[in-house]
Amino acid sequence: MNLDCNRVWEYISEYIDHRLEPSVLADVENHLENCEICSAVMDSTRNVLVLTADDRTFELPLGFSERLHRRLESVLRAETGRRAD
Amino acid sequence: MEREKKLISRILARETELFHDLIRPYERMAYLAIFAMVKNEADAEDGAQDVMISAFRNLRSFRGDSKFSTWLVTIAMNEGRKRLRKAKAAGIESLDEDMADHEGDFTPAALTDWREIPSVALEKKELRAKVREAVQELPDIYREVVVLRDLEELNQEETAAALGIPITLVKVRLHRGRMMMQKKLVPYLKMVAPPPKRGFLGRLLQ
Repeated sequence: MNLDCNRVWEYISEYIDHRLEPSVLADVENHLENCEICSAVMDSTRNVLVLTADDRTFELPLGFSERLHRRLESVLRAETGRRAD
Repeated sequence: MEREKKLISRILARETELFHDLIRPYERMAYLAIFAMVKNEADAEDGAQDVMISAFRNLRSFRGDSKFSTWLVTIAMNEGRKRLRKAKAAGIESLDEDMADHEGDFTPAALTDWREIPSVALEKKELRAKVREAVQELPDIYREVVVLRDLEELNQEETAAALGIPITLVKVRLHRGRMMMQKKLVPYLKMVAPPPKRGFLGRLLQ
């Protein structure tokens, strides 16, 4: 079946997640092979997702882990001590 | 999974020190879940600490029928929402949440000449900042799903469970959120990766 561009855009997310039904997948792939606009939309969306998931995009503040475990330690001590009373 | 279960039973049997080991793999996840909502490092750090403390205090209520990570991310999302509500009430947060404004944003932007590989693009700090902004500026309902699926890399079922919404809604919101980000970021992608020069003049200039 020939899909128009609007329909293909609706499938982009599921296509990237490899969750399209085989019958739809074949139509989408066929369209992508022949439509430069849609294949560019697909590439740029995929690239945006790679950028989003990269650890360098969202970094933990320096010393985050140390401060977290220090605060936890004080809570664990206080509460474990209380339970032992 | 097995290791976590054992750790949890030992912690509940008063070996509380082991709680540090239990949460270590999820520090980043807790921080990100909150940071993506509150957009403020100090607030997100404080929130992530509160999440872990709350998880410790409520560990007994964790039922082994879901994954520990899903349980923890639910606590983190709730903490993020709580802090977001507080910030909005205090007038710090001025995000326009009027959904009508976003109705037309689900069509993607076409960019036919951007083929740069993301690893090269990621070296560019300003682009990373734009990606952060694009996530943070999504309306709440889309951002929650994008954060869980594309940052925390939870699957559809785990995301649905963490947010208490049906899988069909996860799919719709994820798609719309991603399309909004694509649309917002394409102009910057274009800027950091200008199209190759084409034609006779382009070849001369290269």
